[in-house]
Amino acid sequence: MLKEKRSAEIEKLLAKYPPERKRSAVMPLLYMAQEEYGYCSAAAIKEVAEILYLDPTEVKGVVGFYTMYRKHPVGAHVIEICDDLPCALRGADKFVTQCEHKLGIKAGETTPDGAITLNVVMCIAACHRAPCAQVDWAYHYDLDEAKFDALVTTLKK
Amino acid sequence: MPTTLEKHILLRDEDVPNIREIDVYTANEGYAAWKKAVTTMKPDEVIGVVKESGLRGRGGAGFPAGLKWSFIPKDIFPKYVTVNCDESEPGTFKDHQLIRQNPHQVIEGTALCAYAIGCNTAYIYCRGEFFEPGENLQTAIDEAYAKGMLGKNLFGTEYSLDIYIHYGAGAYICGEESALLESLEGKIGQPRLKPPFPAVVGLYGKPTVINNVETLANVPPIILNGPAWYKQWGTEKSPGVKLISVCGHVAKPGNYEIALSSMTINDLLELAGGSSTGRPIKAMLPAGSSSPIIPASNFNTKLDYEAMGAIGSVLGSGSFIFMDDSVNMVWAARKMIRFFKHESCGKCTPCREGTHWALKVYDKLLRGDGTMADVDMISEVNKQIIGKCFCPLGEFATSSMTFTLKHFKQDYIDFIEQGKGGREDWMIELERDHALPGMVAAH
Repeated sequence: MLKEKRSAEIEKLLAKYPPERKRSAVMPLLYMAQEEYGYCSAAAIKEVAEILYLDPTEVKGVVGFYTMYRKHPVGAHVIEICDDLPCALRGADKFVTQCEHKLGIKAGETTPDGAITLNVVMCIAACHRAPCAQVDWAYHYDLDEAKFDALVTTLKK
Repeated sequence: MPTTLEKHILLRDEDVPNIREIDVYTANEGYAAWKKAVTTMKPDEVIGVVKESGLRGRGGAGFPAGLKWSFIPKDIFPKYVTVNCDESEPGTFKDHQLIRQNPHQVIEGTALCAYAIGCNTAYIYCRGEFFEPGENLQTAIDEAYAKGMLGKNLFGTEYSLDIYIHYGAGAYICGEESALLESLEGKIGQPRLKPPFPAVVGLYGKPTVINNVETLANVPPIILNGPAWYKQWGTEKSPGVKLISVCGHVAKPGNYEIALSSMTINDLLELAGGSSTGRPIKAMLPAGSSSPIIPASNFNTKLDYEAMGAIGSVLGSGSFIFMDDSVNMVWAARKMIRFFKHESCGKCTPCREGTHWALKVYDKLLRGDGTMADVDMISEVNKQIIGKCFCPLGEFATSSMTFTLKHFKQDYIDFIEQGKGGREDWMIELERDHALPGMVAAH
């Protein structure tokens, strides 16, 4: 259980918000649950709800609204490529297609070995260095096919 | 050849190596304004200086910062400062650089705002995708506590201040100030009805100032050097310096810090190395996807709030997306509509349904099945959205349609009459979008 396993962190987190406003901690707690369980499962949502004395339905609403909470299990690593207008002007669409071919999956899918999930996402504020992506939330810039190949090799190690 | 400032005021990381470290920052006048304010100035004096400097909000709306601070009631406690670091507009990446490379200046500006309005707790709301640059910001906050710049009884006075980072989780709408507050309160990020404005009923129902990262980064040098110093740049109504994120078809994309009104769009394009493709630039978006597109014929416009307004566009957040003449505006508009459809929070029907149906029409055009009746329908859909939503998102969505139609209607006509739809690469994009849950399908 999160509550036992990461109690010190949770306490520190709750202290950031006024005593009667602990609901504010729902987003950071969901990140913590996601880190622990890989995605926001029903059990994870229930745990977060119990810590904050909220109804699980309310927590589930938060999970559903924000894109960074995983609604389903994902691969060991998640690659998220921006294909919004500024990135598309610098070849992001073609790049996504190349990545799909390299991994043998479509955007939104996970490789059969469970190693990598490939997603396309909306703008990640790195438009000047497109094609760009986040890999497990870390930025990768000025990408091309060769860099992607190297990245995949590293991630699969 | 146009030039930027001799010395940066905001992007100081480009002049001073390692300024993200507190020792380097303090060795370069860092936290001097903070100490000066807390030990020698009354809160109202701080507001007075910021008011006099004419600093306007850099997040997009351009509202005078000092005036905003002066709206905070004196007799209601506690009060809050929330910093808008939800930078999510396609084309914008200036706050990203500030928190990653010059985080202490953001912290110092936040602290000065807090002191000025009598607040003891400030939250920096970073978009969730900023975990990595946010680590630098958190390290800087920890350093500031360790060096006695934050915490209890600062500089031996009664005044105490805590600053915390709060991460969003992927929702453009949380850059809208009232949606940001909802999100910070642990709810889904949907805008509130205004009034009451956050200055009176904000975070946890208390008086709250919400300022953009860049706005606050301007405050320390203003307090240190005075309003007259700041007003040496810019015009009377648009004083000071502004960061412009430049991207798209330019040779040297990146953040540029300019004195307001010191150059034209053409000059900035030249600074950014001109076209990267060798083809002429056709148009640009001055404040990301949400702004009225400016055709190249208007590139002699000065970069300040008034001049950009006079040509029917905006300076906004200063996020310039340049596009060369190979870009088909029907395709570009569809990319932008897709973004707004994805990011509509769903609260207001005109925005939720309008962006959904507009995207369907653009998909049809892109496939090559469109007619001129569809183009007329786009204008009709826009009329149903404009002025009918809680927040500006719906309106932003219409601007990509309205202004590409206004300036590049021939693109639409050619597109339909010459059967330009159905291009292979576009069909791959469409197929991908349609296979992804939530991208184009109904909410």
